[in-house]
Amino acid sequence: MVRFILRRLLQAIPVLLGTTLLVYYMVFALPGDPIAALFGDRQPPQAVIDTLRSQYHLDEPFWVQYGLFLQNIFTFNLGNDFTGQPIAASLARVFPVTAMLAIEALAIQTVFGVGFGVFAGLRRGGWFDSTVLVASLVVIAVPTFVLGFAFQLVFGVQLGWAKPTVGANADWGNLLLPATVLGLVSFAYVLRLTRASVSESMNADYVRTATAKGLSRPRVVVAHILRNSLIPVVTFLGADLGGLMGGAIVTEAIFNVPGVGNKLYQATLRTEGPTIVSIVSVLVLVFVVANLLVDLLYAWLDPRIRYDQ
Amino acid sequence: MRFTRTSKALGMVAIAALALTGCGAGGGSNDGASQSAGDPNKVITAYSNEPQNPLLPANTNEVYGGRVVELLFEGLRSYDADGKPVNALAESIESSDAQNWTIKVKQGQKFTNGEAITAKTFVDSWNFAANSKNLQNNGFFFESIAGYADVSAVTTEKAADGKTTTTPAPTAETMSGLTATDDSTLTVKLAQPEADWSLRLGYSAFFPLPSAALADPKTFGENPVGNGPYKFEKTGSWVHDQSISLVKNADYSGPRESKNGGVTFKFYTDPGPAYTDLQANNLDISDVLPSNALKTYVSDFQDRNATKPVATNSTLNIPGYNPNFQGEAGKLRRQALSYAINREEIAKVVFNGTRTPAKAFAPPVIDGFKEGLKGSEILKFDAAKAKDLWAQADKIQPYDNSKPLQIASNTDGGNKEWIDAVANGFKNNLGIQAEIQPFAKFAEVLNLRKSQSLPGLSRAGWQGDYPSLYNFLGPVWATGASSNYEKYSNPEFDKLLQEGLAAKTTDEANGKFNQAQEILFEDLPGLPLWDQAKPIVWSENVVKAETGWNGGILYYNITAK
Repeated sequence: MVRFILRRLLQAIPVLLGTTLLVYYMVFALPGDPIAALFGDRQPPQAVIDTLRSQYHLDEPFWVQYGLFLQNIFTFNLGNDFTGQPIAASLARVFPVTAMLAIEALAIQTVFGVGFGVFAGLRRGGWFDSTVLVASLVVIAVPTFVLGFAFQLVFGVQLGWAKPTVGANADWGNLLLPATVLGLVSFAYVLRLTRASVSESMNADYVRTATAKGLSRPRVVVAHILRNSLIPVVTFLGADLGGLMGGAIVTEAIFNVPGVGNKLYQATLRTEGPTIVSIVSVLVLVFVVANLLVDLLYAWLDPRIRYDQ
Repeated sequence: MRFTRTSKALGMVAIAALALTGCGAGGGSNDGASQSAGDPNKVITAYSNEPQNPLLPANTNEVYGGRVVELLFEGLRSYDADGKPVNALAESIESSDAQNWTIKVKQGQKFTNGEAITAKTFVDSWNFAANSKNLQNNGFFFESIAGYADVSAVTTEKAADGKTTTTPAPTAETMSGLTATDDSTLTVKLAQPEADWSLRLGYSAFFPLPSAALADPKTFGENPVGNGPYKFEKTGSWVHDQSISLVKNADYSGPRESKNGGVTFKFYTDPGPAYTDLQANNLDISDVLPSNALKTYVSDFQDRNATKPVATNSTLNIPGYNPNFQGEAGKLRRQALSYAINREEIAKVVFNGTRTPAKAFAPPVIDGFKEGLKGSEILKFDAAKAKDLWAQADKIQPYDNSKPLQIASNTDGGNKEWIDAVANGFKNNLGIQAEIQPFAKFAEVLNLRKSQSLPGLSRAGWQGDYPSLYNFLGPVWATGASSNYEKYSNPEFDKLLQEGLAAKTTDEANGKFNQAQEILFEDLPGLPLWDQAKPIVWSENVVKAETGWNGGILYYNITAK
C-alpha cells in the first residue's frame, strides 16, 4: 500500500516536468511583448522597459528562462509577477477560494446526483425516473455560461436572494450560487451514472441473495446495491475535482470569483509565463492526488482490489 | 429595470432547474435606500481592477491605479469637472517670461501621517520622480525643467547581436532648475519658455510624496500615505485581486472635498458581472460598460446614467513607409480615405452615440479647441469626392490592389465592429479591397507599429494626460516623440509646436498649436475618426454622479442616499 502510494507520487514528477515545459513553451511562443503590453499607448522611458525585461529574464533564451523557473520552484521561491506581486502570495489567495468553490460544487453534485440517481435507478421507468432523465438531459445540453447568466439574473437581480457576484466576500454562502451552477452539469452525469449502475446491480445475484436472507430493504440498498455501484461514480468525481479546480474559468468570470480561473485568465492576457505555469503545476498536483484518492477508494468499495503485486 | 424576453425565458429554465435540485440560493438581500438627501457618511462601491504598479503617483500610468492615486493625493493644482485647473496646494503660480516660475505653496498642509508639506517636499518628490534610477513610468513629465537631462540620463549598450539595452546612469541627483527658496516658495526654471507648463501641475506625476515614499517606494506603494480627499481605510486596505478601500480624509481642505464617507473599489476582470451587480444595487457606480450594454444602458438605468464628452480621441494612422500612400498620389489617397469614412453614421449606429465625429486632431473639451481649421473639410463624408480623388491619384501612380488594405487592431473592446464599418466604406466608395487585420492583443499591434512592419493602417487612440492642446499633438505627432510610432516627421510642424510652447500667453500658444494642426490636415499622417463620450451608470444608492474632463468619475462629488 505504502509502496503503491510512493510509486504514484514519484510518477507525478515526470508529469509535472512535462506539463510545465509544454505550458512554459506555449506561453513563450505567444506573440507580443509582455512588457510593452503592461503600458498602453503611453509607453514609459526605454530604461524602465529594459530594466523590467532583464528583471524578469525576458531577454534570455527559452531554456535559460525555463531553467530559472525550475530553479525557483525547487527553492520554493516563485518570484514576482509583472505587477511586482509575489506569485506565491497570489496563489495562496486564489487557491483557497477555488477550493471552497470546488468542494461546494462537488458536495452538491455528489449528494443530489447520487441521491436522485439511486431513487431513479430503483424505480426504473417510473415517473420520477422519467422526469429526472429528461431534466438532466436539459442541464447537460445548456452551456454553463447560459446557466450562469440565468441564475445570476433570476436569483441575484430579480429575486434578490443572493448577491449576483462574489467579489471580495468569498464565503460558503456567497459561493453557493456559482457552486450550484458549476455542480449542475456534473450533477447530471453523476445522476445518470448512478442510475445506470444501480439498476444493473439490482438484478445481480448477490442482491437477490441478500433480499432472500431477509435483510431489510434499506440495508440491501445502501450496503449491497449502492456500494457496488459507486466505482464508476467515484472515478468520474475524482477526475471532475481537477476540472472544477482549474476549469471554472467561465463560472468564475460570470460571478467575479477571485479564484484560480480568473487569475489564470488575467495571467494569460498578460503573457505571464511564471504565473501561468505555477498555477498549472499546482493543478497537476491536485489531479495526481485526486486520482490517487480515487484509486485508494476502489479498495474500500471493493475489497477484491489489491495494490501491492 | 427592464428584462428582455429571452432573459425571462432563461430565468424560467433556471427556476425549473432549481426546483428540480430542491436547492435554493441563500445570501444577503439588499436593503433599499429610503432617504433622498445625501448621506455624507455612506461608502460608495465603485468598479475597478487590480492596479499594475505600487501606488506611487509618478509610477502610475494606467487607469485603475490612477483613479486611486488621484484620490489619495493632492497636487499644487487640480482640475475641476470641465478640466479647468484650479489652485489646490498652490497659493499662486506666477511667471513673467514663461520660463522662470515662482510657486507659493500653502502653509500648514500635512500628509495624513502628520508630515508637513513644504516647498522642499515638492523639490524632493520631483527629483525622485525624474531620476532615471528610480524607474518611474511618468518620469518624463519633468522633461521641461532645467537639469532634467542630467538626472534622467541613461546609457545605451549595443550587444554583439545588435540588441540594445538601456540602463539608468544619472549624472546628477537633483534638477538644477528646481529650488525651494524657503518653506513656502518653490522656484522652477524651465529649459526653455513653455506657456502651458502650469496646466500640467494637476497631473498625478506632480503630486508631493512623504519622505517614507522616497526611502522605500515599493513598501510605500502597498500602503500609500497622501494628502488627498481620501486615505487608506487601514494598513492593508489594498487586498490584491479583490478591492481597495478608501475612507474620507477629514483633515483635507481643498477644492475636491468629499461628499461621501469613502470609496471601495471592487475589482472585476470583466465588466459584465459589474453591470449585473449595478442592476442589483450590489455595486454603486461603474465607468466601464460591457459592449453589449451600450444599446440598453439608458433604458436599464433610467435617470441613473450620464454620458459626457471626454478628452479621448481615435485616429486611423497611415504609415509613411507604405508605397501606396507616398508622394502626390499618396496624399490624394489619404484624403480620399478620409472622405470615404462616414463618421456620423458609425458614431450613431455602431457606437450608439458614445462617440462624436472628430472635428480636429484634439477633442472639443480641450481649451483652445477650434472648429473649422483649414483642411478639416476632409472629415466630412463625401463619396463622390472620395472616388474622384482616388481616380486622380491612380492617374499619377496606379494603386497596388494585389493585397487588400488592412486595418490593424486588437479585436477586443468592440473594435471589430467599427473597423468592419470603415472597411466597408472603403470598399463601397473607393472600389478597393479592405479588411481588418485582427490581433488578439493590443501589445501585438503595438510591437508591429513600433517596428514599422504593419502592411496597412492601424488604429490609434490618445487620452489626454492634462487638458492642453499640446498634449494631443506633441507626444503623438512631433518628430521622435514617445508615442509617435509611425515616425511621422515634419520640421514645420515641430517648429510651430516649439513656438506655441514658447508663447507668452495661452491664447497665443493655442493659436500656434491650431496652425500646427493645419499642417497635420495637409499631411494626414493619421485620419481623425471620433472623440469619445464616456457613459457611466450608477445604482439606486447614488443620488448623482459625473465624470471629469478626462472621463474619470469624480468620486469625491458623488452623493449617496
